[in-house]
Parts: sequence; C-alpha cells; structure tokens
Amino acid sequence: MGAGKVSIRHVHKAYGAFKALDGISLDIYPGEFLTLLGPSGSGKTTLLNVIAGFERPDSGSLMVDDVEFITRPPHKRDLGMVFQNYALFPHMDVFDNVAYPLKLRGIDRESIRNRVMGALETVHMDKLEARRIGELSGGQRQRVALARAIVFEPKILLMDEPLSALDKNLREHMQMELKRLHNRLGMTTVYVTHDQQEALTMSDRIAVLDRGRVVQLDTPQNIYDHPNCKFVAGFMGETRFLPVEWRDNSYHLGNRSLRLASQPYCDVNGWLIVRPERLRWAGNAQRDNRIAGKIMDIVYRGDSHLISVSLAGNHEISIRHTGLEGKELPVPGQEIELWLTPEASVVVGDAVQ
Amino acid sequence: MTVMVQETEPVVLNNSLLQRSRNLQGISFIGLSLPAAMLVAAVLIIPFSWLAWLSLFDAAGNLSTENYVRLLRPAYVDSFLTTFKVAGLVTAICVLLGYPVAYLLSQLPQRATQILMVFVILPFWTSVLVRTYAWLVLLQRQGIINQWLLSSGLISEPLPLVHNMTGTVIGMVHVMLPFLILPLYASMKAIDPVLLRAAANCGASPAQAFRQVFLPLSLSGLSAGIALTFVLCLGFYLTPALLGGGRVAMWSTQIADMVAKFANWGAASALSVVLLVVTGGILWGVNRFMRVPDAWGGKR
Amino acid sequence: MLRRPATSTQITHLQRLWLYGLVGLVIAFLIIPCLIVVPMSFSDSQYLEFPPRVWSLRWYEAYFFSSEWRQSTWVSLKVGAVTTILATILGTLASYGLHKSTNVFKPIVRGMLVLPMMVPLIFVAIGVFFVYARLGLNNTIAGLVLAHTTLAIPFVMIAVGNGLSGFDMNLERAARGLGASPVRAFLTVTLPQIRISVLSGMLFAFVTSFDEVVVSIFVSSGANSTLTKRMFANIRDQVDPTVAAISSLLVVLSIVVLVAGQFIQRRGRSGPSPD
Repeated sequence: MGAGKVSIRHVHKAYGAFKALDGISLDIYPGEFLTLLGPSGSGKTTLLNVIAGFERPDSGSLMVDDVEFITRPPHKRDLGMVFQNYALFPHMDVFDNVAYPLKLRGIDRESIRNRVMGALETVHMDKLEARRIGELSGGQRQRVALARAIVFEPKILLMDEPLSALDKNLREHMQMELKRLHNRLGMTTVYVTHDQQEALTMSDRIAVLDRGRVVQLDTPQNIYDHPNCKFVAGFMGETRFLPVEWRDNSYHLGNRSLRLASQPYCDVNGWLIVRPERLRWAGNAQRDNRIAGKIMDIVYRGDSHLISVSLAGNHEISIRHTGLEGKELPVPGQEIELWLTPEASVVVGDAVQ
Repeated sequence: MTVMVQETEPVVLNNSLLQRSRNLQGISFIGLSLPAAMLVAAVLIIPFSWLAWLSLFDAAGNLSTENYVRLLRPAYVDSFLTTFKVAGLVTAICVLLGYPVAYLLSQLPQRATQILMVFVILPFWTSVLVRTYAWLVLLQRQGIINQWLLSSGLISEPLPLVHNMTGTVIGMVHVMLPFLILPLYASMKAIDPVLLRAAANCGASPAQAFRQVFLPLSLSGLSAGIALTFVLCLGFYLTPALLGGGRVAMWSTQIADMVAKFANWGAASALSVVLLVVTGGILWGVNRFMRVPDAWGGKR
Repeated sequence: MLRRPATSTQITHLQRLWLYGLVGLVIAFLIIPCLIVVPMSFSDSQYLEFPPRVWSLRWYEAYFFSSEWRQSTWVSLKVGAVTTILATILGTLASYGLHKSTNVFKPIVRGMLVLPMMVPLIFVAIGVFFVYARLGLNNTIAGLVLAHTTLAIPFVMIAVGNGLSGFDMNLERAARGLGASPVRAFLTVTLPQIRISVLSGMLFAFVTSFDEVVVSIFVSSGANSTLTKRMFANIRDQVDPTVAAISSLLVVLSIVVLVAGQFIQRRGRSGPSPD
C-alpha cells in the first residue's frame, strides 16, 4: 500500500463555453487534510469528481502515488468517498451498506463482519447495524456513509460537502469528530466545502478555488491572515474593503500613510482589509493606523454589540463592542476613532499578483 | 413589569360553532364532486351491481348458484386458462422488451429522453383499433411479413401469424408495452444516479452496480408495471376479438359473446363478477406486497 | 464519439451499443404499426401492399363518398364534442372539490371516480347495454355521451389534479383576502393558473370518446353508429382497404393531438403568456 499522494497537473474541463476547471495544478501530500474551498461554480466539486473518476477532464494528468489515474474507471481507483447526500443504498441495511465494498473485494464473511463492526464502532454506529437507511437521522446517515468510505482502508478519502445537510450544532460536532478521525486514521483527505469556517476548523491546508483555478493554497492561518487577493479576503470572515492609493512610496488611506507589517499583495492601488475583530478601540498614534468615522447604528448580538461605522467616501466598516474594552458603548451619530495595528493591516489587490 | 391578561370573563371557545362550520366546508367542497360521482354511479356502479345481483338467480328467477357452477365446465375453465396464459405471456414479453427501453430512457440526457419518449407515447395516443388493424394487415396470409419471408426464401408456405394465439399476443404486447414502460421509467427516474457513483466508488463494476443497486431499486416500479399490464390483459377485449379470429377464447370475448349472441345475462354476469374479484384481488395483493419496497424507495 | 463516456461511471457509448440496438428494435416494433397504414392506404390494390405498386386515392374516395362512413364520422365528432364539454366540467369540479375537501369520505369518492379507468371496458359495455335497454337509451347519442363522459372523467381528474398539486393555494387565499367570493376567486385566480391542465384534460376526454370502441360496439348501431363501431364491424368481417384510409386519417389526428399536447405543455412550462 502506497502513501496516498496526489499530483494534479494542468487539468482542464469545459462544459461548452464554461470552463469548470481552468488548468488546475495541485499537490496533495500523504496524510494531509486538504480542503477545496470556493463558491458554487468555482470547480471544487468538479475537481473532486475528477479525482474520484466521475468526470473525465479534457486534458491534464492525475497521478496517485506516481500512477497515472486519469482514464482509470472509478471502480478501480480504491478511493473512499463520502457523497453530499450520503448516497446510501436504500435497499440495504446499515451493515450491508458498509459491507458492500468489502463484498466486492471478495473478502471472506468472517473478516467482513469484523471490519464492518470495526468501522461502525469508529463512527459510533455499532449498535445500529441492522437498521434500515430510512430509519436513520441525518447525522447517523453521515456516520454510515463515512464508515462505508473508510471500511476498505483506502489511502485517500474524498468528501463532497458531507456536512451541508446537517443543522448547525450537529455540523460543528461532526467537524470535530471528522478531524479527530483523520488524526487517528491518517489517510489523505480531500474535503470539499463552501463554508469557510468549516475549512478553517478542519484543514491542514486550504486550496481556495475561483472560476476553475486555485487562487491560493496555504495553511488556514495564512489564508485568513494573509489572503493574496480581494477574492480570498472577501471569502474569509466578515470582511470590508477600503480603497488605498499608492503614492510617495507608501500606501495611503485617504490622506494618511499606512503602516504595514508585511509586504502588500498588490502593485499599485489596492484594498485595505478590515474585519470587525481586528479593529481596536484604542491605539498608539505613533505605531498604529487610525481610522476616523461616525457611528451609524448599533445592533445587539447577544455576546456583543455590532456597530456600523461610516467613513469618508461613503464606506462602511463594523466593529464589535463586548463591554470589556474599557470604553462606553457609543451612541449613533457620535464621531469616533478606531485603530488597526500594522500586523493587522493587510493590503490586497483585485487579482493575484 | 409583568403583562398578563386577567381572565375575569368566562372563556368562550366556540368549539361547537367552529366544528359545524368545518363540517359544512368539508361537505361543500366534496359536494363539487357529486355530479361526477352520480354519473359514475348511474353508468357504472348501479348497472354492474344490478348484473351481479342477477347472477345469483337462475333462469326461472330462483336464488341459485347455477350461473357460477356452470363456470366450472371445461369450456369456461379453458377460457380461464387461456386468459391467464395470454396475460402471463404478454406481460413477460413486455418486461423483456420494456425494461431496456425504460432503462435507457432513464439514463439518457434530457433532450434524447424527450425524443425517445415521443416514440413510446405515439402508440399510446393512436387508437387501439387502428393499431390492431395495422397488425392484421401486417400479419395476415398475404400480409407484408409473410410476403417478405416468402420472397426472401426463408419460408415456402405463409405462416399462420394471425387469427390465432400468436397474433393476439403480438397485438396485445404492442398495446400494453407503454403501460409497462411508463411506470417503470418513472420509478427508474427516481433512483438517485449518485447511488451508482457510490457503488462504483465502493469498487463495483458497471455490471455489478446495475445488478446490485439499480435492479433492486427498480423492482418496485417493475412490479407496479407488471401488475398493471397483467390486470389490463385480463379484461382486454378488442385485440383478442379481432386478432384472435374467434380461436382465442378469452374472458372478455366470452362475456361479449354470451351477451351479444345468446343474451345469457346470468352467465355473463357471473363471469364478470369472477373476473372483477380476481382483478381486484391481484391489485390488492400487489398493493399490500408493494408497501415494503416503497418504504425504502420513497424517502431518502 | 463512441469512446466517450456515456455515464458518470465512465461506461462508453461503445459498450452500450447493444442496448441502443435493442431499444431501437423495440421502438421500431412500437412505431411501425402506427405508421405503416399511411403509405399502404394509398395503394390501388384490393389487397394492401407495401410499398404500393400503383398509388391512388381510391380508398379515400371510398371513404369520403360513402354516406354511411360520413354519417358515423359525424356521430363520433358530435359525441366527442359533447363528451369533452361535460367531462371537462364535471371532472374539473370534482378534482377541485376533492383537492380542497378535508372530508373523511374523500378517498372513497376519489376511488369511485377513477373506477371507470380501472375496470375492463367490457364491464362498462355490458352494464350500460343492460340498463340502457330498460331506459331506451341504446343506439342514442345521449346514451353514448353519458357512457363516454363517465369513461373520460378520470382522465380529466388526473390532468387537473396534476395542475392543482402544482398550484399554490395561497394565491386563492390571497384573492379571498382581497375580497373575492369563492367562485370568483376560483374563476379569476385558480382556473387561469391551471388552464394548461384543464386543456390537456379536454384533449384526453376527446380522444377517450373518439377512440372508444368496446362500449360503442354494444350501445350504438344503425344511423347512430360511431366511426369506431363501423370500423370494428368492417375489420372483423373483411379486410376492407377503406379502413386503411380512415386509419391513416386517425393516425394523422393522433399525431396532431400529440403535438398539440406537447405544445400546450411547453407553453404552460414557459409561464403564463402575456395576453
């Protein structure tokens, strides 16, 4: 058994004039949890289907452990996959669903029983092996689908928005469970989602896709803190953009020069990323960047107040007020100053440089 | 500050008033179906019940089982067997021919399906009489098929293709095939194609995926189609009457003969009652049996 | 082309060629008998040939110049038209009533109303024959219309029921809330929304009546014979090529009806028309 390394090179796939995959190249390391993140139509599911063998690309190469897979039929790929709506066979019970891949591999009944029960135990479903699929809840189906995908110990596990059909609480719980399972089993995992929070929580690395291309491929921390373009920045968190201008050897927000801790991701004019949690109520005028504005409205959010602030030039940003800032809750109409540290000040361009 | 309604007045729930209004509404809507229901009762239910009642009396007007006992005579038993034989044969051929068509219909892209569907529905819309006539023309002694076979040298004598069982079965298959294909197609269309991907992902070859996933999931639709086809065959009159040439005595043709030729209402009614009971019994049985597959086919 | 995958599990067209061939044969089996009478009806010969050696309109002339055929065609058209009107009204009312009703008897009434579609036609035929004989309705237009309307009601109900299940009843509630009476709300809001289904129900009703044979065999004769009754007698007794001409006309009619049905549905799907 190999290690589970995937090398994707120059994969193109078009449906008529629409380019679903526009020359994707990507290396997935053995054992890593890699998330393909992007909006609908970005090509993430198409790419996953290319890896699974359900879509044949127009050109390119797909190497799994240094073997060319591009024309190999899906049933000869030995990849585990968890489908979006689970795709459990409704005419089989839980046990038979999980046993199905093993039966196809001609494994003897005794071992099938042991391995199926082992897989079901892994996903905490070992008491329900005789249930019909129609009798299971969404979360339980999710677990069965997972058990079926890992029971034959594939080197690579593919997951296509597996948690999208679950409600919020269960989804967060399953995120943690999937993460732990990955740590335990150590199989290479390719995970598709459009939910940035999910991607940040679970991944070793994230590949952000847009219009059939990989826009940024990096660790969750870097993707969030140092997006390389406006698209990635806008996709992560509650991001607002303020236009900045390049003159006199520095970036200017309005007529104030910006202090940046890292190299900006653009040449000329760009955008300053402003997220509510990075804004400070107080700062050092010598060191930090100052933003002046006027309070527009204040919305109570339970854990905090979310405050909208209008800036010169018809721009708007927001900031949270939790009550621990040592500042009074302002009132609408009040003029205030907000602060961004140089480390929290990131400037991006419209496209990747 | 607490806000509460102080209940100083007696509680008015209007239960009986509301119930009456609900009942009235229920009656008024169902009342819209009354004219249609009355017509169906007058044209179908009352005449048939009347005939069923008559079947319990002999020619002299005494209560007797004579009409039913007579059905045990060989001539009737033969027609009983012929009817089931024809219905079984026609249904079996329809399954063999219809399953691949329904399968392909369910798998093709939408445009191709629409075009192919027209070919399945056109016979459906064409008068049974016209189609039966066409088969008569095709299958008769000097018909096209015999002419072609003779001129190609495959046979030296015209084959007896019509006015017998062969012609009846061919004609009936042609009529019944859409009745099998359409429900079967509908049930196949409801099978989530992602299940076949899942099977492939588990390691199933296309043939294995078909046998182990698609086929079992299509069985509920198939049994519905089989039941429909079989039951329609049992009571089918036109094609056996025209293509059977009097040699294929099916239930329906016998009922017609008894009324038209012998005016023997008692026997015809008894035969109809038995046919109705058998038909109803099959539909009821299938419906009960189908519950189980529906449970897993329905919700996912 | 053939090597390209036809399904997402990567089965190629080449691997499925046998399936295409088989389905092609079945489709040929289904279609040829529906169409072959058309060229044959233009044959000059007493025995129908394909392809005809000498083409002629002889059998069409035989049809159009026969007063008997003309008369029975007229009977069929009359019966079909009246049946269509009656069945559409009764079926639509029943379908709408059942759709909105919450009455416990609803399933029984519904079951009763689809019965004419389920029972073998021969039952209906001997039943009405028996009762009509006592009421003097045999061999009358009225008798045919009543029987055909009964047979057509289930088809109208199914078509209209399909429309109603896709209709948002809140629209009707909105109309009521804006001050429309129940009848007015139905006529101005519900009916326009389900008109496509009502139209296809009408189409079904007409075809049901016009193509109906078995009941007509029993309850129509002489001057009030329907076209199908006369054709049936003709086919049973001898293979008269005139029937080929009539059949061809009926095939053309069914194609027209099929195309009309498709057209109506297409229009229906593309949303309400601006007029």
